[in-house]
Amino acid sequence: MTMILGLYNYWIVIVLMMIGFYIIISHGHLIKKIIGLNIFQTSVFIFYISVGKVEGATAPIWQEGILLYSNPLPHVLILTAIVVGIATTALGLALIVRIKEEYGSVDEGEIQSMDNQDVISQEKEHQQC
Amino acid sequence: MLAHLPILQVIVPLIAAPTCLILRKPKLVWLFTLLASSLAFVISILLVQQVMLTGTISYELGGWSPPWGIEYRIDKLNAFIALIISGVSTVVLLAAQTSIEKEIPQEKQTLFYILYLLSLTGMLGILTTGDAFNVFVFLEISSLSAYSLIALGKDRRALWASFQYLIMGTIGATFILIGIGLMYQMTGTLNMADLAERLPEVAETRTITTAYVFFIVGVCLKLALFPLHFWLPNAYTYAPSIVTAFFAATSTKVAAYLLIRFTFSIFGISFSFTTLPMETLFLILGLLGIFIASTVAIYQDNIKHVFAYSSVAQVGYMIVGFSLATQAGLTAMLLHMFNHALMKGALFLALAAVIYRVGSTRIADFQGLGRQMPLTMAAIVVGGLSLIGVPLTVGFVSKWYLVVAVLEKGWWWLAGLVLLGSLLAVIYVWRIVETAYFKAPIAGRQPVKEAPMAFLVPVWMLVSANVYFGIDTRLSVEIATAAAKSLFGVVQ
Amino acid sequence: MNLSLETLLQLSILLPMLSTIGIVALRGHQNLREAVSIFTSLFVFYAVVSIYLGLQSGETISVHWLQILPYLSVSFTVEPLGMIFALIASFLWLVTIIYSIGYMRGHNEDHQTRFYCCFAIAIGAVMGVAFADNLLTLFIFYEVLTLSTYPLVTHAGTEAAKKGGRTYLGILLGTSIAFFLFAILGTWAIAGTLDFTQGGVFPEGTDTTLLGVILVLFIFGIGKAAIMPFHRWLPAAMVAPTPVSALLHAVAVVKAGVFTVMKVCALIFGIDLLSILPTTQPLLYLAGATVLLASFIAMRQDNLKARLAYSTIGQLGYITIGALLASPIGVIGGSMHIAMHAFGKITLFFCAGAILVAAHKSKVSQLDGLGRQMPITMAAFFIASLAIIGIPPAGGTWSKWYLLMGSMDTEQWTILVILLVSSLLNIAYLLPIPIRAFLYKESPSNTALEIKEAPLACLIAIGITTIATMVLFIYPTPLYELASSILQTSSNAHGQ
Repeated sequence: MTMILGLYNYWIVIVLMMIGFYIIISHGHLIKKIIGLNIFQTSVFIFYISVGKVEGATAPIWQEGILLYSNPLPHVLILTAIVVGIATTALGLALIVRIKEEYGSVDEGEIQSMDNQDVISQEKEHQQC
Repeated sequence: MLAHLPILQVIVPLIAAPTCLILRKPKLVWLFTLLASSLAFVISILLVQQVMLTGTISYELGGWSPPWGIEYRIDKLNAFIALIISGVSTVVLLAAQTSIEKEIPQEKQTLFYILYLLSLTGMLGILTTGDAFNVFVFLEISSLSAYSLIALGKDRRALWASFQYLIMGTIGATFILIGIGLMYQMTGTLNMADLAERLPEVAETRTITTAYVFFIVGVCLKLALFPLHFWLPNAYTYAPSIVTAFFAATSTKVAAYLLIRFTFSIFGISFSFTTLPMETLFLILGLLGIFIASTVAIYQDNIKHVFAYSSVAQVGYMIVGFSLATQAGLTAMLLHMFNHALMKGALFLALAAVIYRVGSTRIADFQGLGRQMPLTMAAIVVGGLSLIGVPLTVGFVSKWYLVVAVLEKGWWWLAGLVLLGSLLAVIYVWRIVETAYFKAPIAGRQPVKEAPMAFLVPVWMLVSANVYFGIDTRLSVEIATAAAKSLFGVVQ
Repeated sequence: MNLSLETLLQLSILLPMLSTIGIVALRGHQNLREAVSIFTSLFVFYAVVSIYLGLQSGETISVHWLQILPYLSVSFTVEPLGMIFALIASFLWLVTIIYSIGYMRGHNEDHQTRFYCCFAIAIGAVMGVAFADNLLTLFIFYEVLTLSTYPLVTHAGTEAAKKGGRTYLGILLGTSIAFFLFAILGTWAIAGTLDFTQGGVFPEGTDTTLLGVILVLFIFGIGKAAIMPFHRWLPAAMVAPTPVSALLHAVAVVKAGVFTVMKVCALIFGIDLLSILPTTQPLLYLAGATVLLASFIAMRQDNLKARLAYSTIGQLGYITIGALLASPIGVIGGSMHIAMHAFGKITLFFCAGAILVAAHKSKVSQLDGLGRQMPITMAAFFIASLAIIGIPPAGGTWSKWYLLMGSMDTEQWTILVILLVSSLLNIAYLLPIPIRAFLYKESPSNTALEIKEAPLACLIAIGITTIATMVLFIYPTPLYELASSILQTSSNAHGQ
């Protein structure tokens, strides 16, 4: 029992990670992929932060008389990681905007078939030359 | 000043990046970038000298002493690789302005240089830092700038390639983050040297095994080890040519460095190779990479695809050397990192020159170039011979060391396989040679002129280095051997 | 000129390479350009002869260039087998240049500058192979030879030339990387050295099965020796212009192959070790089979150059047999045959080229009665055929003799029979040509054309080599002395 209840944060992390991963793989819509990526990354953030909490400790702000503090380092690390995550998401979305402009679609399947069409028509073109 | 070299190695390109915004004209920005990269190269040379003389350098950021503060640690391994990265970056930049004139619109050229410098910063940062989380930060810096650089390609497929690389790369980086988190959780430290000391106590736990696995998988994704290589061919092919030249020679080397550093220095050889069946696993994956990627390369129409798949195969060779888990194997791997950077740098830069003149990357459009662009094609021939492993080129030296390391283990069958893999390279290199020299130029096409000096100078610098270091191997061999020895000295 | 022998040795390798600068610079002036080649080859011949005289007087000549890999350097030393090879290669280079001038101009070939340049580099590489002190040096120049002769093979630039070039490069590079390099690395791993040493380099008690496998790798890896099934590059290379076929594929490239085989057998394995390896006998039979099969195929070829190509494959098999017999007499016979066959075959190819240029004929069936219009050429063909067959007054007699003695000495009766039968086959595919040329009536196509004798330069070259084959018969002593001193029990160049 303690395996499940006592480690509940890890279970949440794992579930979120798998949800995120699954979204990336299974959905063809590019924005949904980015969302999946975000969920995936968020699960890792939660992992770090939850690991930093010490039982019975208070927030890591020094106060007279208090001896037990939670670990502030993971918070710092995750702030950095969040920023990285935002930058990645922003870049991904910018790419999607450009892809929409160039391809007219944001669906993975359609884009790939358009690329394949390109290849086939290029072949034909060059054979005719 | 000299005491601050480790941090300057990273700061110089980092500060140079936004400074580019002050300069207006792309030509000026180019010169400035070239200056910054050359400065980084000089710093790396000084660092190599220092390390070879006095041993590992430890630098505390902000005066905070490790393991609480972030430490920058230069030893023979990363000094060597930093030398390669900054050197190739500088040489490639010589041709950059000319190349992007035709591939990137005017208004984006300054941004190109900023991204280039950020990418260089990221890579040098990964190499010089001694803090595990810092690795992640710089990894993402270099990756994000890489995604953007690739997306600058003319073809719309560059956008799609960049997106796919973004997804896969971020997954890889997140795996690395998980690995670092688990390591931190079990040891309480992020400093690499400190981790190395504390990991043995907790090495038996499932957490550390998981940490290692996550980390390694993430690194292998960046390394483009088969079968995690799917992002590489398209990313290299559709990126602007100068970007391909830079990345082909550098990005996989940095990932290989991470692999070596964490396996040998931090987790230790005994842990790494016994917990996971690394020897067998990496050997198989390396061999598969060599043969499958080389075979696929033979059937490609787009010449950048040919050499991109060739790069995947070359990573396979490096991993085979790694999987031997011996000092000789590691020396061979390090040597191949150096030599491959020279080979692919020269080849892709020469390709950039051809693309500049011809405007196309199809092999069929190479017809008759042997006569019209003699110097450029000669460079491609020498680079190709180096890939095949003809004596007097760096490729031969790599192959020699690798096979000797394999024979040391007594695995004769593996030596035979490694040599057979080279034969596949003969096929795809010779396809290009024949098209360029034996077919008549395409009728009705404008006669193609030789590449401008802006290309010829750096291309032939790299090609000459190919031949020079194939004959006078002292520098590369000495450093590689010393680095391998020092890594094996950190046995736990 | 008071140059030391060491300097001369280095110049013999470097000067041909450097002469390409002169050849390219003078590409607009045909005669000056050819003069560069001629003077370079004269100098190289002078250098090689001086080295020979130095060797005779007991001097040790060795040169050490640089260390490419740990404990392995590019270095050269003079020993008898290399001396034989260097002498014939440098002499025949000079002769071939004279011939080429006649042929290339008579045939109005393009890209003559590229031709003379690649020729020079190839000869420089041959010198490197001949004087190599260790397997690494030999391998480097062996590969340079392959690469520098590729443009010569594909000279014509046609589809056929390209295909021939592909086979040529594919087989030679393929065998050298997959097998030869593998064998070299294996030798390095077991013996710790790659130096050519009297008595071999492998330590006592090394597993003979392993060494047997390495021997197989060497024999198949040295593709230039054209042991079946890796012989196809030779007929494929016949698309090249005849001077290329003559020098390179009758003399330099193929001889580099069998020279390497001989050196590996005598000075890496050592004939004592060779005789106890399990794979020596099968390989010996393979060489014998190559000889027989090649001779049979030669008989069926109508294209003259193809016939000569297969004849070469067979003759190379003789030399390989000489090496694998693992007896001193075999080594002598094989080494002498390197020289004898060189002069004989080059004459035959010269004649084939002359016939092509003067009469525009390439097929054996078209040569009836040609002797009347081209008497000198066909007479030379006749004498050179005798050299290949092994009958007096041509030089091949002596080398054949020693090979036969070697096979009797080692009681290799099958090989003895093969040698004798193949001599008969040689007669069958070579002698009919000059006989029909002189004694048969002219075929109608010949009488129609005005056929003159070959260009003068060609005839001079043909004359020189024909006389040389006869000289080698009358006075084989220097060659015999060199051949018999390859295997010594006394100290060698390493001062051991």
